[in-house]
Amino acid sequence: MHARTETASDSQPAWPEEIFSTLQRFDVRQVPYVPDAGHSQLIERVLGSSTMRGIPLTTEEEGVALLLGAWAGGQRGVLLMQSSGVGNCINMLSLTQIFRFPFLTLVTMRGEWGEFNPWQVPMGSNTQAAFELCGVKVLRATHPEEVREVVEAGAAQAYNAATPTAVLLSQRLIGAKVFVK
Amino acid sequence: MSKANLLDRRSVVSELLKDRNGTIAVGGLGASTYDIAAAGDDDRNFYLWGGMGGAVMIGLGLALAQPELPVIVITGDGEMLMGLGSLATVGVQKPANLSIVVLDNEAYGETGGQVSHTAASVDLVGVAKACGIADSRAITTMAEVEAFAVSLKEASRGPRFANVKIDGANLERVLSSRDGTFIVNRLRGSLGHQPI
Repeated sequence: MHARTETASDSQPAWPEEIFSTLQRFDVRQVPYVPDAGHSQLIERVLGSSTMRGIPLTTEEEGVALLLGAWAGGQRGVLLMQSSGVGNCINMLSLTQIFRFPFLTLVTMRGEWGEFNPWQVPMGSNTQAAFELCGVKVLRATHPEEVREVVEAGAAQAYNAATPTAVLLSQRLIGAKVFVK
Repeated sequence: MSKANLLDRRSVVSELLKDRNGTIAVGGLGASTYDIAAAGDDDRNFYLWGGMGGAVMIGLGLALAQPELPVIVITGDGEMLMGLGSLATVGVQKPANLSIVVLDNEAYGETGGQVSHTAASVDLVGVAKACGIADSRAITTMAEVEAFAVSLKEASRGPRFANVKIDGANLERVLSSRDGTFIVNRLRGSLGHQPI
């Protein structure tokens, strides 16, 4: 297992950039997010983009509703969040079933693969099942070399087939967060 | 229970939606959706029958996607209270074409009239202002509703927020469509977008 530290001194991985290019290719315009360290590189790219609008949220369920509004107005979006945030979305995910709109979310996983903080484990362990109970299809990327392919498949089925989709980005991929004093 | 000089919700909403100029109207679940239906069905009415707490965010997504069109969210105090954070999110984005109107009867009318937080202590205008929505006002007269209705259709100088104290009457329900795919595809069609 490799470790992630809070200082970004080491060289940045390539997969967040690959996600960004995939989202650009699918003409994604609205990117609501609740920050997560695993999404930080992608969020920076989105906030610096001239075609995408990064929209910070107070809670993740806001993002589900926002993406419905974006679609109703003719724009595609993607929701960036951490696994704990999935629990905050449950009732709002009804919108994906009622409106059958292209819902795509990219979820950085906590509570697995060498987790230090037990508080992340309950929701992290139930993230996939929670999505599936709500009718959202789940894909997962665990290794850096598969991220591009998995995100592309997720975006394709969400935007082309209006199939609500979550792509889980494994903690193994991101690196377990290291807590030091 | 009703106090003097409170406004009639149906009159408020039909005034807000008069001469729409292309306005997209999002209705929070419950009575607000019935009020919008009562004012007249329209391709650009976006009715909600659930997703409580999400009305303002749906309006925000629409307003950002269609910056030239006025977007108005009409919802109740209970629905607004469930999504207070969305006012903070709107305050950060500041879309000039978004207006939010809360029809505040200080109660959960759809579930038996239980009192809401606005009856006791919450000042929604204060909340909206503190969230960075500078044009936030309390409306108590039809003249103020008329002025607000004119300004919101300019699709500029927003976001704006209005809290309208209405009477607690439970009016006859005017039922809109409950079919989400119909509602969203009809709205998209009116904007020139195709179904998938």
